[in-house]
Amino acid sequence: MDSISQGLFQAFRLVLTLDPDLYRIMALSLRVTLTAVVIAAAIGLPLGAWLAVNRFRYRRLTIAVLNAFMGLPPVVVGLFIYMLLSRSGPLGVLGLLFTPTAMIIAQAILITPLIASIAHQAIRDLWAEYHDLLISLNATRVQRIKALLWDGRRALLTATLAGFGRAIGEVGAIMIVGGNIEYSTRVMTTAIALETSKGNLAFALGLGIVLIGLAVLVNLGIHWLGRTERASNW
Amino acid sequence: MRRFLRLLAISMAAALFAGTAPAETMKMAVTTSFENSGLGKVLLPEVKKDLGLDVKLLVVGTGAALRLGANGDVDAVLVHAKGAELKFMKQGHGLHRRLIMYNDFVLIGPSEDPVGIKKARTAAEALKMIAAAKFPFVSRGDDSGTNKKELALWKEAGFDKADLRGSWYRAAGAGMGATLNVAAGMNAYTMSDRATWLKFGNKRDLALLFAGDPKLFNQYTFIPVNPKTHPGVRTDLALKLEDWLTSPKAAKLINGYRIKGEKLFTFNAKPAPE
Repeated sequence: MDSISQGLFQAFRLVLTLDPDLYRIMALSLRVTLTAVVIAAAIGLPLGAWLAVNRFRYRRLTIAVLNAFMGLPPVVVGLFIYMLLSRSGPLGVLGLLFTPTAMIIAQAILITPLIASIAHQAIRDLWAEYHDLLISLNATRVQRIKALLWDGRRALLTATLAGFGRAIGEVGAIMIVGGNIEYSTRVMTTAIALETSKGNLAFALGLGIVLIGLAVLVNLGIHWLGRTERASNW
Repeated sequence: MRRFLRLLAISMAAALFAGTAPAETMKMAVTTSFENSGLGKVLLPEVKKDLGLDVKLLVVGTGAALRLGANGDVDAVLVHAKGAELKFMKQGHGLHRRLIMYNDFVLIGPSEDPVGIKKARTAAEALKMIAAAKFPFVSRGDDSGTNKKELALWKEAGFDKADLRGSWYRAAGAGMGATLNVAAGMNAYTMSDRATWLKFGNKRDLALLFAGDPKLFNQYTFIPVNPKTHPGVRTDLALKLEDWLTSPKAAKLINGYRIKGEKLFTFNAKPAPE
């Protein structure tokens, strides 16, 4: 109990003293994860919608694989990206290993299936509702997907936030491809892992509480920007 | 006002994405025991001041550090496992080995020392006592330099890796700090480098029980990655760093580094590479 209350105390101390190291790793956490979410949403949302409105031969298999990939093990994704980006790997010449870019790639791969799957479920239900209308209006396939994406935006926001949630708390993949280098690729989760390994449990817990607070703020911010979850706009 | 705030939020988000300009940098893989000792925090700012060189540290076990070197993903390694280093050299991944400094390993265990290793004469004898009592022992189990040293000591005590199993021998498969966390949780024996132990913040009921056997000597070696086998590496910067690490100034900083009044490292670089 004592170390838990110490953790809370550390969290307040970190935030109130405006520790510059803390703000640097918070900014990097946000930069990496938000970029990965934007990329993953740009791929995953249209992909989910496309899967919902199209009928093709291996559709069921594609969707099953996509659903299974929601649970991609971060360590394996990290290892795979490491092997690709290592100097002795096929993309080694790019020199991307141990950079934030590598971390963004890993997280985008991790969360794209999650966003696409949730988007697909939501759009499929909407499509069942809109099917006759859109067909009778003679809408093209692209127009259908656009209409469904727009009208399903609340559910798609949820899909995107789920992706954000998975990425911001992820440590296995970014530890391998980022390397947890101080002032360069250290983010909140890898810093927590490092402090835990040093036995600084209260400090690590303090960082964890700050990270959770950050995630809450981002979610609130997105709802505010999107004008969702308001009385007039349920 | 609302629109202004929204604009502000968006521009703040954009500022987050702006990059920073890179300086002259190199990457070095170091062992967790080096990083945990805090010596890096003393040496690297001086390196930056003297050479204008930003050394980015990848903190991993010796096995993983040599792996990164063998893939050409770092410019140099600072490790402590002679056998693995010689193999690394033989495979053509390293330019040369340069001894830098040494510290020592210590045996840690429950403060009341239920097995009585305090009375052991050698490290191997202490391990034998633990094995005979089947008292829990936590191993790194991660192919690190510390792990290799521990296995060599077990071998000396008459135990091959295959004999080290059963409920009393736990391979944590983790770094030194994480392994100490496990040992603290189980109140078990373990082996640690002295630096990590002194800095470790979660000792609970653990205490340093055995040290001083020359077999527990822990040599740190600097190896620049070979540019012939790995054309992308910055050997020029690695050699600059090597010159600095073997300089009288480094000697003074390394020998003078203390944690809680205890001297940790002894500088032993020779004027020329091995």
